[in-house]
Order: sequence, then structure tokens, then C-alpha cells
Amino acid sequence: MLPAETIVVAMSGGVDSSTVAAMLRAEGRTVIGLTMQLWNQRRLAGHEGMPESVQGRCCSIDDVYDARRVAESLGVPYYVVNHEERFERDVVRPFVEEYLAGRTPIPCSLCNNHLKFDQLLIVAQQIGADKIATGHYAQVAFDEARNRWLLKRPADKSKDQTYFLFGLKQEQLTRTLFPLGSMTKPEVRELARKHKLVIAEKPDSQEICFVPGGDYKRFLEAYLSEQGNSPTEVGGEMVGGEMVTTDGKVIGEHAGIHNFTVGQRKGLGVATGSPLYVIQIKNDTRQVVVGKDEELYSRTLRAHRVNLISMAELREPMRVAVKIRHKHQPAPAMIESAGPEEVRVTFDEPQRALTPGQAAVFYDGDIVVGGGWIENALP
Amino acid sequence: MPRRVYLDNNATTPLLPEVLEAMRPYFGECFGNASSIHHHGQETRAAVERARESVASMLGCRASEIVFTSGGTEADNLAIFGLTCSGRASAGDHVITSTIEHHAVLNACKHLAAQGCEVTYIPVDGRGLVDPDDVKRAIRPNTKLITIMLANNETGVLQPVAEIGKIAAEADVYFHSDAVQAAGKIAIDVNKIGCDLLTISGHKIHGPQGVGALYVRKGTQLEPMLYGGSHERSRRAGTEYVPGIVGLGKAAELAVTGLERGDDRRMTAERDRLERELLTVEATGLNGADSNGELAPRVPNTTNIYFDGIEGEALVIALDLKGLAVSTGAACSSGAIEPSHVLTAMGLRHDRAKASIRFSLGKQNTPEDVDFALGLLPETVAHLRELSPVWPNKVLSR
Repeated sequence: MLPAETIVVAMSGGVDSSTVAAMLRAEGRTVIGLTMQLWNQRRLAGHEGMPESVQGRCCSIDDVYDARRVAESLGVPYYVVNHEERFERDVVRPFVEEYLAGRTPIPCSLCNNHLKFDQLLIVAQQIGADKIATGHYAQVAFDEARNRWLLKRPADKSKDQTYFLFGLKQEQLTRTLFPLGSMTKPEVRELARKHKLVIAEKPDSQEICFVPGGDYKRFLEAYLSEQGNSPTEVGGEMVGGEMVTTDGKVIGEHAGIHNFTVGQRKGLGVATGSPLYVIQIKNDTRQVVVGKDEELYSRTLRAHRVNLISMAELREPMRVAVKIRHKHQPAPAMIESAGPEEVRVTFDEPQRALTPGQAAVFYDGDIVVGGGWIENALP
Repeated sequence: MPRRVYLDNNATTPLLPEVLEAMRPYFGECFGNASSIHHHGQETRAAVERARESVASMLGCRASEIVFTSGGTEADNLAIFGLTCSGRASAGDHVITSTIEHHAVLNACKHLAAQGCEVTYIPVDGRGLVDPDDVKRAIRPNTKLITIMLANNETGVLQPVAEIGKIAAEADVYFHSDAVQAAGKIAIDVNKIGCDLLTISGHKIHGPQGVGALYVRKGTQLEPMLYGGSHERSRRAGTEYVPGIVGLGKAAELAVTGLERGDDRRMTAERDRLERELLTVEATGLNGADSNGELAPRVPNTTNIYFDGIEGEALVIALDLKGLAVSTGAACSSGAIEPSHVLTAMGLRHDRAKASIRFSLGKQNTPEDVDFALGLLPETVAHLRELSPVWPNKVLSR
């Protein structure tokens, strides 16, 4: 039998997760390295506007090779598990569908909720591990007073990944370790060098792992064409529509609402005297509403499919800071329940570009109260 | 060190000590190039030709009909491309294969198709068997080659190659059979099969990795894939890998004597015991069993079993961590596992194909090895099911 407290490290082949494996190993824990094979990088190669040879980040043979070398050098067992089907069903398709519905999705959160802290955690337990550890910059801690597991912002605020982790449930947090939460990125690199990890100097990855070069439009078109759709027609329906101003005047046409995101200025295909921005994307009429920058600001939003972490339910309105996109500075706001798993957020000051499909994550200081998906901005 | 038991002998087999001994001089003092005129070359030339005779003797053919290659994949590719693509073939050629071939054949055929060849993939029934009549019906005037394996690597099922051989002969079409998984496990006679080409691999018969052979019936027009010197009667250029060839020859000899000694009967008995006892675990079954529980003829060492409600991948990892090596499906380049094309071709439900494990025995395995596996499987399967989101019959123990 395996010794108690066996930990699976989710290894991507990058600096962060490799360092986690090295740290836990140095602490004397029993470590098993797992890499999730999530997407076949060659799958869309040569499709509609994609290069013949696609060099994406995630699950490339090079990354698996790196993870395997690190595991081998640390003397830990290492395996690759294939979750391509689940990834396509729970991450890639929703990603495409959200864009087609005029929203701007965050696939990383979906992957965390449905793959890393669900499927991977199950496999980890099945093969005899008690917990999983990842290279995320976040902290997890048990709070006696509340009798709950808390998710907290990391020491290195510039690397904070809690925005993508708001969906974690209590039973997932119980079984999760974020060993990098108390470290800065330079410290992690230093540690990687100290452990002589072969990937110590590997550059950080930023983009969405399955979208090569960060060009999501090209990815959408390649995926849609692979599924038998044309760029202008999806599932037998035209995706193009009108470009209208906030006062209802039609000023042009567009080739598909999936090409737009709220707050976008470039590539609108219309020329007017003053700069125009996407204010709203109307799913039902396929209209893209454009207007002036000041029209992008609103004070209130509705979030749905809310997950609360630091408390079981939101009984009364609460003052928090709310982050509405990954790079957003959390802004003071009041949150109140608006139905089951629904929360209304009212900011002290109007915020620019509340974007449906993005997450609204609520913070009480460093503690993640919870978060949900932005359904719409309210007038 | 924890005890480790290896029941994945269809992936590769451990080198037998006698084989290693036979090879050893050719890594050391006997280093000559087998094409050289001098003493050193003569010494290794003699060793290569002795090995060729051993392999020929295992397959019931003449030594001159054996071409040494770098392994099974190269031999399969040489058979397929040597008869079709290389110059003599035109885009209109037709090739017949099956849906359950090894990727060395399937992907070679895929490449042929991309070059303009027509390829017919003969399906298999629920037992994993190709119907010879399907092969017969698929033959066209432009059919150049039939390539159907002898034993399947995942199920061990023996294909009706002798009947296919007759059909090919009547139609005057070349017949190649990938016998990588049959060699050493059953007696092979190329004349009884009636094939023109047949592939074997060293490391599947307790010989070394990196060497294989293609039987090429005398008179078969085969274009080489590699151009260089006139080695292997100009069918495979490149200095002979003498230690590997010697190892393959020794392994072939030992395979023949093993079969004469009845090794296959002992292996069948152990495989059947493993199978019988594993089937007592709840919600398990034999892949390929028909409605009466009957299986098609198989090689003695292989069994393929589903354990409903589990991911085979997780079971393989869990067992490996406990010291038992088995496998599921075919490993892809990253080492991740894809659902088996063989089980899918047999009509298995997707989830059942993914819940299937292949156990394959080798000469080194003892009854204690089978006991070890039988000791681990029930509890490991139960643990996986307990944590599986799709397994309904959880024991409500908590």
C-alpha cells in the first residue's frame, strides 16, 4: 500500500508545477506526477486559416516531455491521463458557444471546475492519493471560526489566479494544495534553479492553452469549419447581423457576433468621426450595439451560477471588492442575493465594460467570498 | 523495492538470458561488418546467415526468403510500400486490409490512400474476426495487396489467414500478414497460410528490440524503401545490425523448442485461470465473447477484459503503483491512452472500450505472477468504482 498523504501534482511541464513537485518531494511527501492530455494540438492544423503546424502551449508533446523529464529527475512516478473528450465537452464547446451567443468566455475557469479539480481529483483519489497540488498562485486554508475552507489571494499579487478558481467547492478545497501561494514568481524560479529543474528558464505561458497565438477568432473559425459549419453560417443559421448605435440607428453590418467583445474598439468595420466601442452584443437579434466610451460604464450587474466559498449563503447585503476581469483592479461594491445562485453587484463607482461571460469574483480583503458568471449589466 | 510483475508481454517481452548470451560476442570481439571480405566480416556474415536460417525454420520457409529489418513496423511498411507505392504502382491500385490492424499497417494504408490508392477496410464481427467472404467480395481487378494480421495485439484473436491465403491465391493477389503477435505463441508455417509476405518482430518473442524480419516469398517483386548498398538481396539497404539479428535468430530457435515442449499449453492454462478468476469480479466480462460466452480462437497468452464503471487508464496507473504492469488501448506519442480502435471495431460501447484492460503473459511469468494479479485486481477495481461518478452500485459504507 502507498504511505499516507500521497499527493498528485498536476504537472504541465512549466516552471510553476514542476517546482511544486520538487518542493513536495523535498518535504518528503509521496508524490505522483500527472499530466492531463486535454487537446490535440494537431487536430485543427491546416483547417480554415490555421497554420499547417500549430505550436500551441497546452498538451504539446514538448510540454509532456518536459514534465516527464522533471518527474524522472525527481524520482517520482509520472503518468499522462487523457481527458480530451471531457475537455472538448466541458471547455471547448462552451467556449465556442459562448462566443456564438455574443459573450466573452473564460475557458480557464471551466477547466479548473470541470477538469483539474474534478476529473483529475477523482483520478488522483482512484490511484491512491489523498490530495492534489497545482502550480496556481492562490492560498487555501481552513478557518476554524467559520468551519470552512477558504480561498485566499497569494503573496504575489501580480500572479494572483484566484479569479479563475472561484468555482471551487468545499470538498475540492479540502483536497487541494497550492504550495506556491506564499511565494513570488522570482522566488519560484530561484527554487527551480536550486533544484536544478531542466525547465527552470522556460518562459511563462499567458494565452489560452488550446488557442494558438491567442488568436481566438481563427480558432473559432477552424473549429466551426471542422464541425461542418461555414464562417457565416453555424448550424444552418446566419451569424451575421446589423451594427447599430445606442439610439437604434443602423450604421452597417457585421459577419458574426462572435467577432466582438464588449469594450472592443478596433476592427468594427465602420468609420465615424469619433471613436466607437462595442457597448452591447444582442444574442437574440444578432445586433452589435456601438457607442461612445462613456456609454460603456455601468454600476450594476447580475451574476448567475454563483459559487460561495467563505460562507454557505449570502443572507444579507455585503460590502466587498469585485473583480470583473482577470486584469481588473477589484472595485468596491455591494453584493446581495438575487435568487438561487444569483447575485446582484452594485459598484460604488460605475465600471467600464461589464462583459457577459466573464466572471465577477467577490473579495473580502484577501479572502475570496465567491463569484459567478456575469449575465448582464443592469441599467 | 516493491515486487513488480509484468503482464504486458504484447507490448514487449523481456530478453531471455540465452538470447543475451548469444548476442554478447557481437557487441564485443565479433564486430565485423557482415559485408567485409576479411575474417571479421566472414565471422559476422556467418552469424547473420545462421540467424536467417533459424528464422526461416520458425516460419517454414527458405533462408533466402527472409529480409531483416529494424522491426515490425519497418517490415509492415516494406511489405505494403514495396508492393504498391514504389514506382510500379499507380494511383488506381486497390489494397484490402482490416479495421483492427496495428497502426504500422493502418497508417501505412492511410498514407497509400493519401497517394491516390483505394483502400478497403474489412470490418470484424463481435468476436473480433474478419470474415474471409468479406475479403473475397472486396477483391477487384485492380487489387494489388491484401494485408490482414495473423493475431490481434489487443485481443489475441487469430484471423482466418489460411482461408484468406486461398482466396488471395485464387485471385492472384499478393497477401501479407502481420504475424508480430502470433510468432512464438503458435506454430507458423507460411505455406499453410499461403501468404506472400509475413512480418515478425524480435522483441515480441523475447528477443531484442530494434530488429524484425519480413518473409518475402521467392519471386515476389518487392521494391526497397531504403536505397544504399545491396544488403539483404537489395531489398533493405544498410549495414546489418548483427547483434540484433543474432538475438532474433536465437529467440526464434527458443520459440520453436518452447512450442515443441508445450510452453503454449502451460501458458493457456495460466491465462485461462487468470481470466476465470477475474470474471468472478462483479460487472466484468471478456471482450469478444459471443452470446454463449464463446470466444474466437486466440493466442495462448492474451486476454482482454472489461471492468464496467472504471476508466482503464486509471486502473492501469493504480495497478502500476502497486507493482503490476498491464495495459489498455494503444499508447500515443505523449503516453496518454486513446480508446482502442480494435475494441471499437468489435462494436464495444465507448465506455466499455475505455474500461477494458489487456493482460498478456510471457515465458518468464510464473503461476505466482498470476496470483499476484489476482490478489490486486478485485480490491483495486472496487476502490476505483467507489470513487467513480458513473458507478451506481456503490457500497453505502459511509
